[in-house]
Amino acid sequence: MEIKKGIGVSPGVAICQAVVLDAEEYRIPQRHVSPMRIEGEQTRLDAALARSHEELVQLRDRAGQRLGAETAAIFDFHIALLNDKILLGKIRGIIRDDSVTAEFAVATVLREYAKEFLEMPEYLADRVKDVYDIEKRILRHLIGQSRESLTRLREDVVVLAHDLTPSQTASLDRRHIRGLATDAGGRTSHTAIVARALGIPAVVGLNDVTSRVSAGDIAIIDGNRGVVILNPDEATIAQHRQYVERFRQFEHSLDELRDLPTVTLDGHEIALLGNIEFPSEAATVIEKGGDGIGLYRTEFLYLGQEIKPTEEDHYRAYCEVIEVMGDRPVVIRTLDLGADKYTQQRALVPERNPFLGCRSIRFCFQNLPLFKTQLRAILRASLKGNVSVMFPLISNVMEVRQAKMIMRDVQEDLEEEGVEVRGDVPVGIMVEVPSAALMCERLVKVVDFFSIGTNDLIQYTLAVDRSNERVAPLFTGAHPAVLRLIKEVIRAGQRHDVGVSLCGEMGSQPEFALLLIGMGLRSISVAPPAIPEVKKLVRSITLERARKVARTVIGYDNDKQIVSYLRNQLREVMPEFF
Amino acid sequence: MKVVNEHGLHARPATEFVRLASTFNADVQVSKSDVPVDGKSIASMLTLNAPCGTELRIRARGADAGRAVEELARLVASGFTRYAD
Repeated sequence: MEIKKGIGVSPGVAICQAVVLDAEEYRIPQRHVSPMRIEGEQTRLDAALARSHEELVQLRDRAGQRLGAETAAIFDFHIALLNDKILLGKIRGIIRDDSVTAEFAVATVLREYAKEFLEMPEYLADRVKDVYDIEKRILRHLIGQSRESLTRLREDVVVLAHDLTPSQTASLDRRHIRGLATDAGGRTSHTAIVARALGIPAVVGLNDVTSRVSAGDIAIIDGNRGVVILNPDEATIAQHRQYVERFRQFEHSLDELRDLPTVTLDGHEIALLGNIEFPSEAATVIEKGGDGIGLYRTEFLYLGQEIKPTEEDHYRAYCEVIEVMGDRPVVIRTLDLGADKYTQQRALVPERNPFLGCRSIRFCFQNLPLFKTQLRAILRASLKGNVSVMFPLISNVMEVRQAKMIMRDVQEDLEEEGVEVRGDVPVGIMVEVPSAALMCERLVKVVDFFSIGTNDLIQYTLAVDRSNERVAPLFTGAHPAVLRLIKEVIRAGQRHDVGVSLCGEMGSQPEFALLLIGMGLRSISVAPPAIPEVKKLVRSITLERARKVARTVIGYDNDKQIVSYLRNQLREVMPEFF
Repeated sequence: MKVVNEHGLHARPATEFVRLASTFNADVQVSKSDVPVDGKSIASMLTLNAPCGTELRIRARGADAGRAVEELARLVASGFTRYAD
């Protein structure tokens, strides 16, 4: 049994078999299997060898036709290696004697040979390339089998990975995934966001959990305590089964709040909205008792897809959500692509600092057709409901003017085409760049609303990579500098009667929700599973108390004390949360 | 017997050797110094490390052992001329 401590980023407890992914989207050739599985591994090996053999024969024949006998001969060499009884004997021997996976045995034996060849004169050392090539080929057939199985699982599992990219999570079988754990990442990494949206526990920043776990191990993922336990003993499993039950009961109690209003004990209403990534989550927002959608992330249309979405694809996705929400507000955020595979893969030269690079609204300005396609779809869809548009990563007033101008152009185009649109779609911005927060007094005059994006605001203000587990403890919304910026933005909105909401992860933590409401925030947008918790918090406090909390916090000069104070306050108003 | 082709017993000739050796029922052993390797295993043959001029000994045991040694010897002596080395 091994206990690994990381950062709990999504609440809950899961006890399941582990599935392990490595950075290249393949399962890691992990080591041990139980003795019962040895025969299965031999069978897998044989299947992979047979397929590799087939491939090589085809390649050789084709090469023989097109490129001549010499090139074909290389494949003869590969085929000979694949048939080498001594080599295969070694691989099978390791599987049997050391109880390991086929992948591990293949890798071990081939790399041993590669090492031997490297010590030889050049004409043989060159063949090292071939050995690696064959290793890759066999592994591909071994692991390729497993990869498919991740998109169609038959039993509940937890996924352990070095890190999870949006493309990977987009293709996971969500029905059977009960928890996530990654080596990398912080509170606002993609893993955290997806886990919260799915309502499953997640722990990140574990550093090396993927090298400690073998596929098929039982793993406990405790998102409440930020702990992953590999191969737990009976006592530990029993204890955690109790946690699972207790947590389920707590969640049920929260479900009862669904139709109750989000209002403080002294009668002040707070708008409680949901952050969604996929249209299917809209229904969850309502199920959990949300008042609308404060952030509709639209990147999913581009990530995990091979072809670019058309205007119709956009339109359909927006209408789907709007129809579910009825006349509840839906805030659609324009593309926030960048610092991820989509833009980095398509760039001629990947950026060295994607988070400070051509992402988000900047990317849109440099790709007008793409931007206009989205705007067209949003404007058309706006007819169907209560739609607002929000631009991300705005850092100055000129960007707002430019974006609005492009929107006007698009509107004119549509009108000329005879397409009906709403002329008065509210336009807002995400306040997530420090320069925007500092300039909020100016920006407030050119927008209809603000939404504070604390994930990026914290990252940029504190100069801490939110997905870097090495500095994860530094990433916190409780830093006085961050709180000061948030306060400024809220005040600017109050002074100019412009709505201010907050859609970062910070808002879903009850201790921070308490503080933010005390600072004047009247609208919060969170991941759907967190809606009941925040509602419960609001219904457990008076505005008077929240204000007192906010005033007290000003007196502290560091985040540790602030967090400690907030947690104590939370314990007083919502004891059942602990 | 001697390896006569220019680049020695590299991948391609070794592959050809192993191919031919595998057509016989007999066990085939090839040795450079005293350590024999399985003549039907390409990986083992390569670890022999036999550049041009190396003395090799080919031994076979089994039903068609005689023929095996004969044809394999001929292959090596011909310098594996099927390939333009």
